[in-house]
Amino acid sequence: MSFNEPHIDYAGISPLIALTVGLCVVLLSAVFRPLRRTAPLLTMVALGATAGLLVWQWDDPKTLITGALRLDDLAISISLIAILTAAFCVLLSLRERATEEAGSGEYHALLLGSVLGMTMLAQATNLVTFFVALETLSIPLYILCATNLRREGSLESGLKYLIVGSIGSATLLYGMAFLYGGTGSTNFAGIAHGIARSGLDGDPLILIGIAMAAVGLAFKTSIAPFHQWTPDVYQGAPTPITSFMAVATKAAAFAVFLRFFDVALGSQLDSWQPALAALAAISILVGNVGALGQDSLKRLMGWSGVAQAGYMLGSVVVASEAGTSALVFYLAAYAFMNLAAFAVIVARERETVFGDDIRGVRGLGAERPLLAWPLTISMLALAGLPATTGFIGKLYLIEALVEGDYTWLAVFIAVGTMISLAYYLRVVAAMWMRPEGERAAGARPAIAGASPEADPVDPEAGRRWSLAGPALLAAAATVFFGIVPQPLVDFAEHAGRSLFG
Amino acid sequence: MSSAILWAPLAFGLVGLFLPSRAVGWWATLGAVVTLGLAIAAVLGFDSGSSALQYAVDEPWISGLGVDYSLGVDGLNLFLILLTAVLWVGGVAFAAFREQERPKTFYFLMLVAETATLGSFLAQDLLLFVLFFDLMLVPFYFLFGAWGHDRTAEGGLTASAATLKMIVYTLIGSLLMLVAAIATAIIAADGGHLTFSIAALQEQGLSHGSQQWIFWFFAAAFLVKMPAFLLHGWMPDAYRAAPLPALAVFSGVLAKVGAYGFLRVVLPLFPDATVEFQEVILLIALASILYGSVMAFTQTNVRLIAGYSSVAQLGFITAGIFALRADGSDGAVLQMVNHGLVVAPTFVIVALLLERTGTEDIREMGGLALRAPVLAALFLIVALATLAMPGSANFVGEFYILNGLFQAKIVFAFVAISGVAMSAYYALRLYQGTMHNRQPEGLLSREIGVRDALVLVPLVLCIVSLALYPQLILERTAPTVAQTVAKVGGGEAPEAQLADRKAHDWEATLAKR
Repeated sequence: MSFNEPHIDYAGISPLIALTVGLCVVLLSAVFRPLRRTAPLLTMVALGATAGLLVWQWDDPKTLITGALRLDDLAISISLIAILTAAFCVLLSLRERATEEAGSGEYHALLLGSVLGMTMLAQATNLVTFFVALETLSIPLYILCATNLRREGSLESGLKYLIVGSIGSATLLYGMAFLYGGTGSTNFAGIAHGIARSGLDGDPLILIGIAMAAVGLAFKTSIAPFHQWTPDVYQGAPTPITSFMAVATKAAAFAVFLRFFDVALGSQLDSWQPALAALAAISILVGNVGALGQDSLKRLMGWSGVAQAGYMLGSVVVASEAGTSALVFYLAAYAFMNLAAFAVIVARERETVFGDDIRGVRGLGAERPLLAWPLTISMLALAGLPATTGFIGKLYLIEALVEGDYTWLAVFIAVGTMISLAYYLRVVAAMWMRPEGERAAGARPAIAGASPEADPVDPEAGRRWSLAGPALLAAAATVFFGIVPQPLVDFAEHAGRSLFG
Repeated sequence: MSSAILWAPLAFGLVGLFLPSRAVGWWATLGAVVTLGLAIAAVLGFDSGSSALQYAVDEPWISGLGVDYSLGVDGLNLFLILLTAVLWVGGVAFAAFREQERPKTFYFLMLVAETATLGSFLAQDLLLFVLFFDLMLVPFYFLFGAWGHDRTAEGGLTASAATLKMIVYTLIGSLLMLVAAIATAIIAADGGHLTFSIAALQEQGLSHGSQQWIFWFFAAAFLVKMPAFLLHGWMPDAYRAAPLPALAVFSGVLAKVGAYGFLRVVLPLFPDATVEFQEVILLIALASILYGSVMAFTQTNVRLIAGYSSVAQLGFITAGIFALRADGSDGAVLQMVNHGLVVAPTFVIVALLLERTGTEDIREMGGLALRAPVLAALFLIVALATLAMPGSANFVGEFYILNGLFQAKIVFAFVAISGVAMSAYYALRLYQGTMHNRQPEGLLSREIGVRDALVLVPLVLCIVSLALYPQLILERTAPTVAQTVAKVGGGEAPEAQLADRKAHDWEATLAKR
């Protein structure tokens, strides 16, 4: 009996290996007393090594582990976005109370675990890896949401996310079962082949499978009407984790959304295209209307995330190379815009007693221009105003939509953007346009110290490089790529070609 | 050359951020003056006989998306660029003579606004035009909101609410315009090479059906910006909130971008739809003339009198463009410059009145001419130009507009004429109410200071010199305007053309049968 050693492409799976090793090392570092303070540093090293290995594989698409994973430029670009976000999250977590309470090593190990899930999810081309990766991504996040142990809101957020996330996963799994039952394959390409071979075009079995898979993914990407958890979870979770969830989860989930629908279910385009377009439209409307009048900045970002997910879903709907490129560009832009905003929110949370309330940023323009500018740029970019990546991202999306004959959805994006101005500019107005007198009166309110749980005020937080640095960096990138978008466009086009080229 | 004009203000603005606060006002003025110098050089070097694009720049910007960095000057925008440069010198210098809160940010935003405005005039790429058109709004949002006045005591809005209203109104138009611009390029490319170059899009042309909806998306953006009747809801609140130096340039130039957009984008790219909807737009224009004039009669706030008079004047300009004849559009271009030159000094004078009387209510002013004959004389020239006194360039402009309108649509022309008569009433009411009449008790009249005269006198001199020689503008704009208007039928009556086209369609249908 001869035994053939299977060929293992270690180069291809090296990013996953690096993350796994990093995860273990960071977790063990918590055990050894002298290494305890090094967890953030070790996490950054692991993230940096993974990013390096991913860049090394750029433009060299390969199929790994007998078709379970595919490492192409789409997967790499999405993973890089997730890693960038995680690196920002590590910086924002320095001196964060949640990190101390949960244990720095565990906190960072969980973060790396989630990144591992995302990197895998972006490469998944098989129902099994798809589901395993999604859970690897989600379970650490459930815990991370609840790491602020003394705050009820944080625990509530973790529990809520766990329950809703599990429902989403269960629905997705059920949908996968239908697809597997119908086509007899777990492989994305195999599913497409199976549908064609067995003449299952438009068969209820397949349609139910598609619908349930779409619902499951909609839960993960917080697309209305499956978004109800988003504002609550965003608000309750420690803010650095919120920023990570808002950007990286969305990026990874959208990557698999693209691959699953465009590769496995590409032949069923006619049945899912209108449904997803309707979901996108609902999401744009619900998210933008929901964000109006929110006083909590984190809730506001949550609702805005629902709306932005609607814009991004548009690019999945058109199922084209332009759509894929537009999505990757938008996700990269979205990362910069959101991270700038969240860094400022974290700084103000620590500096003032208002937490993430909009009152915390009042008068920031006169008082702390170095914090006010990043938040201003981020809000203007999210609203899609020119000279920011937000504008180019919208331009890219709308171009893809019009090209794909979904002009009405493009108009919907325009309408949604108009509504969104009302709440994004409210934040800007609070920073720059409050009369001095009113601000002075409200600066130190009577409730200061009233709640024993209130976070300690650290008036220097916004001046520390670990917060001001990321905020300025992300804002600078938002403006830079708004004026010189070509490098980011090239990046996105590579990703687009890898799926459709 | 085009790039230098475009980026000079921004460059000065950025450097200004690093200067000491006391010097930044003068630095910004210097920036505006340098830009003006470049604009004058552009006018001097302009070949007046040609309708072609001059000082053209064309570089790929985002090649993947078909967007080019493409600028150029021709008869349509030459004098609007000069107007922008002139008014910004006035606005910035006027502000520099006064204390400003947070001066660095203020002047930075003023100069960013100038670059954005110049960009929307210079852009020869449809998407670049949309980008600058939207970008213009951002600095003014901050200028109006953070340096503006809350009007809650008078039952109005706070500055930030008023500006939010403005930005939502204007962006409704311009976001739809973004979709429309992209649709234009994609439909025109029809699967081929995607480009947003206005010249290339003209060649490719659009089908009649697509033109119809795209036309309205663009028209909405431009009509809101002007603002035209029914879409002017943001104007009263924003005008009352705005700081006056910023309002002078805003009202003097930004409203013109809307009218200019019709000439630059709508007429050449959507000729069929333009002809089809000519009367609808003319109706809106006439409504703006009538409504703006009547409101200007009845308002008591001097800002709003000037604001509503702008609505009426912009109605006039729109009517001139939509006469779809060369003389109408010639007049419209001339009138855009004229109106900018009269409305900006008006707001400077409003600021001076406010400093003297402490009020913006015309009922509480009066008799200022007694002690301030020079100010009164300057104001009189501005007022007479506003009402298009024969001998002023405004008279020439309105004459051309009406001439074009008479030949195109005589009924509309008769209604428009009433606007001329009404403009006399509101301009004189504004002048008399402030300068003549009885001086209210306790009101101190002061002569204009030397420093303010330095701002106001050159602007008034521009009005006078243009009155003496309006040909300066007309002979340079005429070739381009003729070429633009030729796209929508130019000389002959446009409806005859449309009928002609429809007849062709009929023939085609019959032939098929």
